Order: sequence, then C-alpha cells, then structure tokens
Amino acid sequence: MTPRELGIEIAYLVATALFILSLKWMSSPSTARRGVRAGEVGMLVAIIGTLLHREIVDYRWIAGALVVGTIIGIRLGMVSMMAVPQFTALSHAFGAICVTMVGIAEYSVMAPDIPPFTMAVLAIEVILGSLTLTGSLLAAGKLQEILPQRPITYPGQNFVNLSILALAVIAGGYMVYDPSQSLLFPVIILLALVFGALMIVPIGGADMPTVISLLNAYAGLSASAMGFAIDSKLLIVAGALDGASGFILSVNMSKAMNRSFTNVLFGAFGQEQTSAAGDTNRPIRSASPEEAAAILTAAARVIIVPGYGMAVAQAQHKIRELYDALMRQGIDVAFAIHPVAGRMPGHMNVLLAEADIPYDRLLDMDQINDDFPQTDVALVIGANDITNPAAREDRKSPIYGMPILDVDKARTVMVIKRGMSPGFAGIDNPLYYFDKTLMLFGDARTFVGSIVREITGGEG
Amino acid sequence: MTAELLSALYVFMLAAFIGFEVIKRVSPLLHTPLMSLTNALDAIAIVGAIVLAGQGESQLETILGTMALVAATINVVAGFLITDRMLGMFKTSGPKRQAGQ
Repeated sequence: MTPRELGIEIAYLVATALFILSLKWMSSPSTARRGVRAGEVGMLVAIIGTLLHREIVDYRWIAGALVVGTIIGIRLGMVSMMAVPQFTALSHAFGAICVTMVGIAEYSVMAPDIPPFTMAVLAIEVILGSLTLTGSLLAAGKLQEILPQRPITYPGQNFVNLSILALAVIAGGYMVYDPSQSLLFPVIILLALVFGALMIVPIGGADMPTVISLLNAYAGLSASAMGFAIDSKLLIVAGALDGASGFILSVNMSKAMNRSFTNVLFGAFGQEQTSAAGDTNRPIRSASPEEAAAILTAAARVIIVPGYGMAVAQAQHKIRELYDALMRQGIDVAFAIHPVAGRMPGHMNVLLAEADIPYDRLLDMDQINDDFPQTDVALVIGANDITNPAAREDRKSPIYGMPILDVDKARTVMVIKRGMSPGFAGIDNPLYYFDKTLMLFGDARTFVGSIVREITGGEG
Repeated sequence: MTAELLSALYVFMLAAFIGFEVIKRVSPLLHTPLMSLTNALDAIAIVGAIVLAGQGESQLETILGTMALVAATINVVAGFLITDRMLGMFKTSGPKRQAGQ
C-alpha cells in the first residue's frame, strides 16, 4: 500500500467514524446541530480523500459537476418547510440516480468477466437504485400534488407489482450465472424502474410517512450494495446506517397505523377505504370563535393536537399566536404529536418549530397520552383518524387497533374542521358526536386567528 | 475474494447493528431531520461517482460518472443544508427541559 493509498483509507476511516457520531448526536435537539457538522466534515474528508485517488487523471469534469451540483443543491435546500416531505423524496431520487449510473458504468467496465458475487451485488445495486428513483419521483409528485394524491388500486395489483419485481430478480439471478448476457442488464433496470413507479400508485397521502421511510431504507441499502460492488467499507457503513434508519422509521410508522410490516414491505397500502360514512344525521354541537375563546381562557391546561390539515391551512403561525396568548394568561399549553400526523415522520414538529414553538412543548404520543384525563381542553386542528376512539373500542372499525391520541378523555374536546366529511380513511369519527365535543367549522388558520383576536381583545 | 467478501459482510452487519442501536435513541421530535440527514449521508455514493468521472477511461464512463456526480452533489448539499435549517428552528422555552415534562 502506497502512502497515498494509506492516506485515502485513513480519510475513509475518519469519515466512517464521523458518520456514526453524526447519527449519535442526532439523539437530542441540543446536540443535533453538532451531528450535522460531524456529517458534513465526514463527507468533506471522504470527498477530499477520493480526489487523491491515483486513478483520477482528469479533474475538469469532476470540478464542473461539483459546481453545478452545489448550485442546484443550494437552491433545492432553501425550500420552504411546508415542502420538506416532497423535498426529501426528490433528494432520495438524486441519490438513486447516482447509485444507478455508477452501477451501469461498473457493469460496462467489468463485463463480461464478472465474478458471481460482484454481479449479484451489481444487480441488487441497480434494482434498488432504479426502484428508489421512480418511487421517489412519484412520491414527490404526489406530495407536490402534481399527481393525484388519491390511491389508485385495481384487482390483482399486488400480483402484478410483485411479478415485475420477481422478473427483475430472476433476470439478475440469471446474469449471476451468465454475466455476459449484457442485454439483460438494461432489462433489469427497466423492470425495477417500472416496479418503483407502480409501487407508489396505490399509495394515498396519509400513507406517505411509511413510504418515505421505506424509500429512505431502499436508498441506504442501494448505497451499501454499491459499497460491496466497489469494495468500499465507507459506503457499506453509510448505507447500512441509512438502511437501519429507514427501516426503524417505517416499522414505527406502520405500527402507528396498525399495519403489519409485511404490509409495508410489499407496498400494499391504502386498500381498506371502503367503509361507509356512517350516520350523518346524528346531532353535533358547534361553537363560534367567541365561545371557543371563552372555554380556552377558562382552562388551566390545554393540549393542541395538530394534523395534516394544519399544514394544508398553513395555520402554524396563528397557532403560535394562540399559544402565546394562552401562555400569557398562565394557561399550560402542550402539543400532542402522533407519529403519523402529516406526510412524513416528525413533519408536525418541524412546522411547529418553524413557527417558533419551543420544542419542549411538542410531546409524542407515549409522553402525553396519560395527560389527557387531567386536561381541560383538547383542541384538534386538522387531524381526524389519529383521534378516532373507534380505533380503541370498535372491533369492526377498519382502524381498530391503531394507537390514537386519547383526546376523548379530556374534559372538553374542540375540533376545528372544514365540514363533516370523513377523514382520509373514509371512516366516521364518533368523537364528533360526544356531548363534550364542540365542532368549530371553518378554515383552521382563519378560525384560530379569530380565537386569538377574541382572547387578546382585538390587538392580535 | 472470499476473505474480502466475508470482511465486507462483517462490516455491513456491525454497521447495521450500530445503526439500529443509535437510531432507536433518536427522539421522535427529530425524525424529519434524521431522515434528511441520513439521506445526505447515503449520498456518500459520491465517492464512486468522483472516481468514475475522473478516470477518463471511456466516454460512456465519463458521461455516466459526471451525471452521477451532479446528482450526488445535489443530494449532499441540499440534504445537509435543509437538515441544518430545520435544526436551527428547534428552540427550547428556557430552563425547563424535556425530561421534566
């Protein structure tokens, strides 16, 4: 090993350690930014180390690509916080492009004499890369509402999807046996690209947190496969860390939606939306902003439960004003965050943090669920299924077993909602018909704004 | 080859275990930044793209490598940038800590 090679290997070793530290420091908000720094330094060290590579003879294309990529990357990185879910999906797609392209090039360099193991990891690399690419692009399209958010299903969909994936895997297997079948390689990529797209077709908006996590895991595993192909421990480690992260998050998300993990793995989401809307003639109680303000100011403890509707209405800044107004009156206000509220894991936290709500007021389901019985008012803003008591009590309900926020245990429940239409899953919410529930009909941002004006006496 | 493969598999296995242990401890509060951070980290595939773009062996390789490098750079820069922007917004309300809630 020449000193130069040794230097490169040491740079990779340092980068690997920094990546692990980076994730370790993400465990708490107080060290998380240090974690990002560690990741950035690790990445920089790895890139500099790679630039020293003996095989590199021409730096012009590298320099150009780095400059172009950085310019686009900075523009993309400045997206609004609203757009973070689609940004994340898009970013996965870029990583997947890289992995797939490198896989193609590796194959063209090494063909036709490729050892079976290398051929196998190359096939895995391009399959995972390609399906992540189209899957992420479609997910981003749905999140950006360029494509319809509604899940599109047809009979035999899973069979068709899995058959396409199986064909890609079989073709990959055949190439391990005979790597000189160079025509099969583009076929594998094409099949994986089609599978990735079809995988997202049956996904509805509320399933997005699981899907984005899953794409994250696929992206990581594809990087790991590339590490095996080019024998880079750094890539193997970074990919495995990312894979583990995506895997944990998708398991968390599927648990929070009460779906089995196989259900997640095979992309069989959004299949159970046939439930009837229920009896719409039952009496409900509604209230005006004045009444809502009076109830809130009479409370000692308020828990606000945000959902995707809050993000759609862009109500987080008005909610911050409400939070300030209530806190000034000595009322204890906390936020209850369900794991699948929003369109990606932790989505609500980012939006509320953007509105300057202190993060120690944002509590996850396990931290806060026991507090509802001692709570005077639970204020639900743009959330539905995650507060549906049928998930706890009604064995016939399609969401039975899904963990929910126990808002119905608070003394008074107020729900801000546009109308009485059922939620994403098409399931009626018995919460709305309770005697202690008040429906506040209207746009979340406008309604919260009116409540704030009532409380502050107009100056809000 | 076999020895290399085995040691690579060991590395993969150990890294996966470390990943599970470390990521399990990440507060749900930070799941979005966690995802964008891991997204930036797995753009480490950039090192493969750099070598490919600079080897100058064939035109196909250079083109594929350069495109891969542009995509990976976007992923790295945008991923770290947005993670940092997100984390910059997380503020505490003062002396009260999360553990006390």
